[in-house]
Amino acid sequence: MAEHETHSYDVIVVGAGGAGLRAAIEAADRGAKVGVICKSLLGKAHTVMAEGGLAAALANVDDRDNWRVHFADTMRGGQYLNNWRMAELHAREAPDRARELEAWGAVFDRTEDGRILQRNFGGHRYPRLAHVGDRTGLEMIRTLQDHLIHQAVDVHMECTVLELLKDGGRIAGAVAYERERGRFKVFQAPAVVLATGGIGRAFSITSNSWEYTGDGHSLAYEVGAALQDMEFVQFHPTGMVWPPSVRGILVTEGVRGDGGVLRNKDGKRFMFDDIPENYRSQTADTEEEAWRYIQGDKNARRPPELLTRDHVARCIMREVRAGRGSPHGGVFLDIAWVKEKIPNSKDYIRKKLPSMYHQFKQLANIDITETPMEVGPTTHYMMGGIRVDGDSQMSTVPGLFAAGECAAGLHGANRLGGNSLSDLVVFGKRAGEYAAAFARDNSGVKVDDAQVERATTNALRPLDGAGTGGGADGPYQIQHELQEFMQELVGIVRREDEIKSALDRIAVLKGRAPGITVPGNREYNPGWHTALDLRNLLSVAEAIARAALERKESRGGHFRDDYPDKDPEFAKFNILLRKGGDGSMQVSRELIPPLPPELAQIIEEMK
Amino acid sequence: MTQVTFSIWRGDSGGGALVDYETEVSEGMVVLDAVHQIQAEKANDLAVRWNCKAGKCGSCSAEVNGMPKLMCMTRIDELDLSKPVTIEPMRAFPALRDLVTDVSWNFRVKKKIKQFTPRPPDAPDGSWRMQQSDVDRVQEFRKCIECFLCQDVCHVLRDHHKHEEFIGPRFLVYAAALEMHPLDVADRVDELKQAHGIGYCNITKCCTTVCPEHITITDNAIIPLKERVVDRHYDPVTKLVGLFRRKPDRKRADIPAEDPVLRGPGRAAEPSDESR
Repeated sequence: MAEHETHSYDVIVVGAGGAGLRAAIEAADRGAKVGVICKSLLGKAHTVMAEGGLAAALANVDDRDNWRVHFADTMRGGQYLNNWRMAELHAREAPDRARELEAWGAVFDRTEDGRILQRNFGGHRYPRLAHVGDRTGLEMIRTLQDHLIHQAVDVHMECTVLELLKDGGRIAGAVAYERERGRFKVFQAPAVVLATGGIGRAFSITSNSWEYTGDGHSLAYEVGAALQDMEFVQFHPTGMVWPPSVRGILVTEGVRGDGGVLRNKDGKRFMFDDIPENYRSQTADTEEEAWRYIQGDKNARRPPELLTRDHVARCIMREVRAGRGSPHGGVFLDIAWVKEKIPNSKDYIRKKLPSMYHQFKQLANIDITETPMEVGPTTHYMMGGIRVDGDSQMSTVPGLFAAGECAAGLHGANRLGGNSLSDLVVFGKRAGEYAAAFARDNSGVKVDDAQVERATTNALRPLDGAGTGGGADGPYQIQHELQEFMQELVGIVRREDEIKSALDRIAVLKGRAPGITVPGNREYNPGWHTALDLRNLLSVAEAIARAALERKESRGGHFRDDYPDKDPEFAKFNILLRKGGDGSMQVSRELIPPLPPELAQIIEEMK
Repeated sequence: MTQVTFSIWRGDSGGGALVDYETEVSEGMVVLDAVHQIQAEKANDLAVRWNCKAGKCGSCSAEVNGMPKLMCMTRIDELDLSKPVTIEPMRAFPALRDLVTDVSWNFRVKKKIKQFTPRPPDAPDGSWRMQQSDVDRVQEFRKCIECFLCQDVCHVLRDHHKHEEFIGPRFLVYAAALEMHPLDVADRVDELKQAHGIGYCNITKCCTTVCPEHITITDNAIIPLKERVVDRHYDPVTKLVGLFRRKPDRKRADIPAEDPVLRGPGRAAEPSDESR
C-alpha cells in the first residue's frame, strides 16, 4: 500500500472558508477533537472575495426589519423552492451570528449611534447587510481564522481530499494528499463536514478562484449522498468584461446598493423597462423615488437595479442581444453619476467602495468616480448542492455533513446577495454542533485499507506516464475545453439540444480524463493537482446538465430558452441526483413538504 | 500581441535557476496571466500560488523584476518589455518549489500574539457601541490581505534573518489593530518590546512602500506602537510611577543595537516625532 500518515479526529472539516472555520470552531467548543483540511493556505479561501456584506435582520438602520421579513424575502428570491426550515433558521439566527463576529473582533462599519451599519442590497426589503466597506468577506474570514488559531484545532493547509471513506453505510474519514511533498494522509473520523464551496470553475467566465471545482459535491456524490437542484447556478449580473484578462472578476452589488445605475449604450437606464409582477409593489416608479431610497428615505421604494440577480442578469443579456450593449459586450454600470446629486461624490464613492475603486484603477485603468464601468454576467454561486437536513446539516449519508455553498436548500432557485455570508456562519455553526454530537454518539469507526489503497493508486496514475505537458490531453487543456462548452451550452441561457450536446461532450472528456499524464514529480505540482480536480469538475458539470435538462421551465438562476415561462408544476419538487448501482447518474424528483401554517402566513403577509 | 520573455525561477529548497519562457501577451494582461499561460502551454508543473486573481487573497506574492508584488495586480504593460521580465519567489522565506515559498513561520508568529479580548458588552443584547471615527484606523489595518510582501521586504527578516526575535511588519500591524481596537482590553505593550522585538524596526518604510493595500504600516501602526513602548518603559515619569506598579524594566543595554527609536539617532526624521 502507498505510504501514508494517519490522523484520527472526532470531526474533520474539509474547507476553511467561512462555513468550514465556523463549523470547526463550534465542534471544538463542544469538546470534539477537530482537524481542518484546506486546499490553500489558511485565510485565502474564496470567502475573502465576498464584498457586499452579511444579511442579518438586526434592524439597526430600519426598525421595520425583523426575521420574518428576511424569511419572506429569502423565500420569494428563491422562488419558493427553498428548504423552508433552513430559510427560517437562517433568518432567525443570522443576527446572533453577526453579533458574535463582533465579539470575536470583527470591525463592521458603524451607524451614527455606534451600532453595526447596514446597507441596501438586491431582493432585501430593508437595508440589511452588515458590512465593512466592500471587503466584508475578508473581515469575516480573518475574524474566524484569528479566533480559531487559539483553539485546539489542527489545520492541514494545502492539503486536498481525494476521496471520502466509508465504514458500511456511514462515513469513516477521508484520504488526502498534501501539496508540499505530495504525500498521502489518511484521516479517520466518525463525522465529516464538507465546506468546500462552489463549482464556478466549470464555466469559463467566473468570479470563482481555482479551488471552486465542486470537490464537496463530487466527494459526497461518490459515497452515495444525494445532490439537489444542481440546475440553479447563479450568474452574477455584474462581472468585469474588459480587459479580457479580468473578464469575470466580480463588481459588487454594493455599487447598485449605493446608487449605481445600469445603462445601455444609448445612456438609457433600462431596468425600469421590465419589473416582475411579484416585485412591482416594492419597486420605485421613478428615478427620483429610487434615489430617495438610496438616500435612506423610508417612504421610497427600491430602485429596479436592486431586483434579484437572476432578473438583472437576464435584463443585461436582453440589452446585449438587442445590440444595445457596451463596446466590449456588456452594459454600463455608472456610480460616477451621483456627482449630480451630492457635492463630495468622489469621497463618497471611495469610502463606500474602496476595493472597487482600487480594482478598476489598477486592472482596467478606470476611475469609477469619473467613468462608468463595463459589466456583464459572470458565473458566481451554486444554489444547488448536497442535500442536507435543515436543522442538523447532515446529508443522506450518516456522519457526512455539509455547510455553506456546497450544501443545498437555503437559497432555492436564486440566492439574494448577502445571504451567503450569513449562510456560512448560521449553518457552519449548526454543522459543527451536530457533527460533534454525532461523533460523540457514534465513535469506533474503522478505515478500510482497500479503499485507501484504491484512492492512492488512482491518484498517482497521472504521474505514471512520461507526459511532457502541453498536448491536447494535458490537464489544463481538458479543463479549458470543459469550461468553454459549459459556458456556451449550459450557461445563462439553455436549450434542450445544447444541454444534450454538452452531456455528450462531458462523456467524451470522461473517457479522455483517465489518460491524462502530467510532467514532474509529486512535489507541489499544479499540473497533477489540476488532473485530480478534473474528476470532480466533470461530475458536477454532468449534474448541472442533467438537472437542467429535467427542469423544463424557467425559474430563478435557470433559464430555458425553449421553456421561457415558470411552470407551476415544477414548483412542487426539488430535483435530486444520485449515483446509481451501475455508476450512472440517476435523476429523480422529490416533493417539497408543505409549509407549516405559521410560515405560510408570513409569506402571505409580506406579499 | 507581443512576444515577451519571462525569466522564471525554477527550483526547490536545494537550489534553482532562472529559466526563460517566451509567450504572447495581450492587452490588459497581468503577470499572473502570463505565468498561467506558460504553465498551461509549456510547463504544467510550474508551481505558483494563487486564488482570487483580484488582489484580495494575497496568495500570488513574488518578486517581479526584483520588486515584491502581487502578480495578479501587476499589469504587464507597466513593465519594461525590452528585456526579460524576471519572476522570483519571495526571498525572506525558504523556497519550496518554483514561485512557492514556505510561509508557515507567519502562521506560527500570529498564534503568539495575545488574542482579541473585548470589554463587557455595552447593551443587554450583547452588542457594543463604537463610533465610525474610532474604528477608522483599525479598519485600515484590517484591510491587510496577509500577502506577506511587507515581511519579504523587511531587511530585519530578509537580510538579518531575525525571524526568531522579530515578528515583522505584518504582525506589528496585526498587534496595532488589536491594541487600537476600541473594545479590546488586553495589553500587549510589554510583549511588543520583548518577545515581538519591535525595537528591531528602524523605520525604513520599505514595508509601507510595497503594501498592495496601501496601509501606512510605518506611520500609522509601528510608530504609535513604538511610542507606547517608549512611554511605558523609557519615559521618566511613567517609569517612576511604574516603580510602584511593576517589576523593574530591562536595562537600557538590552535594547537591540539596531533600534534607533529606542536609542535615539534617526528618530528625528520621522514625521510623527514632531508631535511627541
